[in-house]
Amino acid sequence: MTVFLTSLGAVVRTWLAELGLAFRTLFAIMMSGLGLWRRPRLITDQIHFIGNYSLVIILVSGLFVGFVLGYQGYYTLNRYGSEQALGLLVALSLTRELGPVVTALLFAGRAGTSLTAEIGLMKAGEQLDAMEMMAVNPLQRVLAPRFIAGIIAMPILAALFTAMGVFGGYLVGVQLIGVDVWEDIGNGVIKSIVFGFAATFIALYQGFQAKPTPEGVARATTRTVVLSSLIVLWLDFVLTALMFK
Amino acid sequence: MTTLVEIQNLHFSYGDRPILSELTMVFPRNKVVAIMGGSGSGKTTILRLIGGLIAPNSGQIRLEGHPIATQRSAALYQQRRKMGMLFQHGALFTDLTVFENVAFPLREHTNLPETLLHDLVMMKLEAVGLRNAAGLTPSEISGGMARRVALARAVALDPQLIMYDEPFAGLDPISMGVTANLIRQLNDALGSTSILVSHDVHESFAIADYVYFLSQGRVVAEGTPAEMAISDHPYVAQFVNARADGPVPFHYPGKTLAQDLGLSGGAQ
Repeated sequence: MTVFLTSLGAVVRTWLAELGLAFRTLFAIMMSGLGLWRRPRLITDQIHFIGNYSLVIILVSGLFVGFVLGYQGYYTLNRYGSEQALGLLVALSLTRELGPVVTALLFAGRAGTSLTAEIGLMKAGEQLDAMEMMAVNPLQRVLAPRFIAGIIAMPILAALFTAMGVFGGYLVGVQLIGVDVWEDIGNGVIKSIVFGFAATFIALYQGFQAKPTPEGVARATTRTVVLSSLIVLWLDFVLTALMFK
Repeated sequence: MTTLVEIQNLHFSYGDRPILSELTMVFPRNKVVAIMGGSGSGKTTILRLIGGLIAPNSGQIRLEGHPIATQRSAALYQQRRKMGMLFQHGALFTDLTVFENVAFPLREHTNLPETLLHDLVMMKLEAVGLRNAAGLTPSEISGGMARRVALARAVALDPQLIMYDEPFAGLDPISMGVTANLIRQLNDALGSTSILVSHDVHESFAIADYVYFLSQGRVVAEGTPAEMAISDHPYVAQFVNARADGPVPFHYPGKTLAQDLGLSGGAQ
């Protein structure tokens, strides 16, 4: 019993220490990000990169998710003679749920892993230390611009995903009905921003804390996908419960 | 002769494992001082401590008489403006060209007009013989060239202190000679002070003014290269003459072979 309690205590302690380190890093990134208002170029460059990483996969996925929703929705609604509600079904599911969530999952897999590997390799190649020695803070110069760019890029990518999905649903189901601007689109955008915050931070943190070896970077990249996906799905549940009571 | 960097009674350990103990060193201005010792003797750790990348457990490091400031503090970044460091493999930014790598510290710390910045970078690259490689990326140049680019980047802001971490490791004999000459020439041309961490006896002795020998985290011998070359200190003699066995044993310490084979007197 004592052995069980001791090991449980050790696990909890390690977990708390890790969580504390993560929040300290998050705080340091956010504080150093404040100094970036004088150099917006660093952020816009990163939005360009991060957006480009994920654009194609997000557009194609959006289109196909729209196809499937349109097809399956039509099949079900047709039974009750309510095919005219197909547009509403497709547009609502996309703006409220699938847009932000699937975009965040794809983002974690594509842009997130790139960020983790990039930061991890910079650490392994002593590039972050070299930057420190040049009196440049890597948190401000490397991590903060990527963090802010991720938060800005995510809602834009989610909007593109949703637009492609609605277009796909339209192609399949033809008819389209409008959605409520604030209730649906607004909440979808909020979700995207929260997911952008979480997924980008997880990717950067995993890269920054990676063991500076090839194995360390590979493990960190895997952890980015697993952790981001789980956290995005969990946050989605929490946010949906709060927003659409 | 004044002192630029001074280390006093320094202790450093990773967890329970001591890396450096009772370390006292002096680095006078305008000199090239070599720190020599085997792999794992704590040489590189000394450079990381002077640069403030890690902090000592006790003891002091002073730059121009002021202690090295705490990590991530504005004061430390001010002190680092006076330092340049050449990392073992160059640590060039792989997403930037050779030109942009050397321009990086200038862009971060100055507001120079583009034409002046261009000329400054070209002069630094000229000094290391790589002006014509300005447009290449780090993946397109050899290891020796990468280290020279990193050297140009380290001296871009004309630092008072230049630290070299194993600058000769993995270089062919020609690149090694070129790098050694560059270290000496840059030190004298810039009027700076150089700390050279290396295990390459020939090249280091050729350019250093003073040498510290490190073994298991302690200074075991010090003096000019000429004194060290004829030293009868067992460790220095083994190191300088590259003998396989001596104070540094060939066998990793532990049980004897007889014990491992179960042949010792009390075999069970």
